[in-house]
Amino acid sequence: MGSTITEKILAAHCGKKVVEAGEFIEPKVDIVLSNDVTAPLAIKEFRKSGVKKVFDKNKIALVMDHFTPNKDILSAEHVKFVREFAKEQKIKHYYEGGNVGVEHALLPEKGIVVPGDVVIGADSHTCTYGALGAFSTGVGSTDVAAAMATGKVWFKVPQSIKFVLKGKLNKWVSGKDIILYIIGLIGVDGALYQSMEFTGEICKKLTMADRFTIANMAIEAGGKNGIFTPDEITEKYIAKRAQRKYKFYAGDKDAKYAKTFEIDCSKIYPQVSMPFLPSNAKAAKDVKKTYIDQVVIGSCTNGRIEDLRVAAAIIKKGKKVNPNVRTLIIPATPDVYSQALAEGLMKTFMDAGAIISAPTCGPCLGGHMGILASGEKCVATTNRNFVGRMGHVKSEVILASPAVAAASAIKGYIATPDEI
Amino acid sequence: MSDMILKGVVHKYGSNVNTDEIIPARYLNTTDPAILAKYCMEDIDKDFVKKVKKGDIIVAENNFGCGSSREHAPIAIKAAGVSAVIANSFARIFFRNAINIGLPILESPDAVKAIKNGDMIEINLNQGIIKNITKNETYKSQPFPEFMQKIIKAGGLLGYIKK
Repeated sequence: MGSTITEKILAAHCGKKVVEAGEFIEPKVDIVLSNDVTAPLAIKEFRKSGVKKVFDKNKIALVMDHFTPNKDILSAEHVKFVREFAKEQKIKHYYEGGNVGVEHALLPEKGIVVPGDVVIGADSHTCTYGALGAFSTGVGSTDVAAAMATGKVWFKVPQSIKFVLKGKLNKWVSGKDIILYIIGLIGVDGALYQSMEFTGEICKKLTMADRFTIANMAIEAGGKNGIFTPDEITEKYIAKRAQRKYKFYAGDKDAKYAKTFEIDCSKIYPQVSMPFLPSNAKAAKDVKKTYIDQVVIGSCTNGRIEDLRVAAAIIKKGKKVNPNVRTLIIPATPDVYSQALAEGLMKTFMDAGAIISAPTCGPCLGGHMGILASGEKCVATTNRNFVGRMGHVKSEVILASPAVAAASAIKGYIATPDEI
Repeated sequence: MSDMILKGVVHKYGSNVNTDEIIPARYLNTTDPAILAKYCMEDIDKDFVKKVKKGDIIVAENNFGCGSSREHAPIAIKAAGVSAVIANSFARIFFRNAINIGLPILESPDAVKAIKNGDMIEINLNQGIIKNITKNETYKSQPFPEFMQKIIKAGGLLGYIKK
């Protein structure tokens, strides 16, 4: 019996020929990631281990992205604490200030994570790097502390679910619409503890940005990881960026899957996930008129240059954002910001009356830079719409693609790009 | 090892209790368990911290702890005095985090189905037996492995590794 791509990567990282679903393993990790929310706890735990030095200063990434630029004194103290640790341990990939971006957009862009890696991160959206054909998953601060000390982590090898993406892509349908549709289909625990493998003819039409968005939200279906088999699109993206050697893995034809879903993409129209679960997905065109107060375009899910291009094109066509809608544009990284400036996208956003923020996770998790009051509604290109996620417990978040978010910003209610 | 017995009043919730509800991000600018405990469950049950007493037990349905990887969530629950969480299923990162910080968690659909909010229950971790004192019933779960009990006694994974 053959192996899935996930099983192959995991086997290679624990010196085995094969691993099977259900088996407990202790693979070596290529990159250990933590951020300004989770690293302080991880460092405190690391100190408890008695280990003086991290296992490899080049394999740890500390990205100060959640509450930065520091939103208050406590957050500033956290970042200072992590900075001092990074200096003491000579951590190579420490990001703060002008070079910081949202971690899951930044690490692939800088070629710090590469195809074939095993990556863990104390952030649930660490599953994003599966888009590159890496095994990548979120863990907690204590797991990160142990991995910083030993270079290893324990896992139970997950079963895999195969999603075969078929049919054709309707107008405006992006990676975000595909993943919201899938989460709507299987539920927020539909892939609990399992690997979500995305295959099928449609994958060839998906940009790396689309793939990052899809893999990013595997956690919203409970998945351990989301993964694509790397191809020429991956190669084109990573060749010029990779800081290390990389390897393309592919599953065997006779690999075992717990389930297979055939997804007819022709049935997918631009989606929205209504409050308060990402699984409350439906076509935006079928939503009754819902007025909104804010739009957020950004995050590890949809803050890449491709996302800003789509949003800018729609906003340019609509000329002005609705005066009742605070429209926040948050480029995920400095490179995205710079590129958007060069292409004139930022001018489009400014002229339309949008607000441009420095790269940060900010409002996505209700941190800062766009918190909602009671009763307010926000269409966001982010990844979670739980109760109180972006602010007041009585506020609401509606998840959507950059195209739907941009159209809604102009109309002042949940709208489709065709309405512009 | 002598049997680990946990006893307390049940606070019951539904499915998909997420980490944003357990400890909202507005409180993630601290790692102090005592401060986190003050806001535990604030966005799902704002009176929780007033009601909860040391030893009490949270019982919930499916996918408890879904969402973010924040270890602050199980830390807040433990520091609020909760001695264990019983659910039909747990989100995977929450599951790892709870074990790693030494918060006992048990999967038992039988218990979840029968136990009502306010029931007094007693858990024998070694045997995986949950006794409902209020209803005089007993439910089965998996025995809690000895190494996990040792992690709890060592105050978390790193304390355990050091030993």
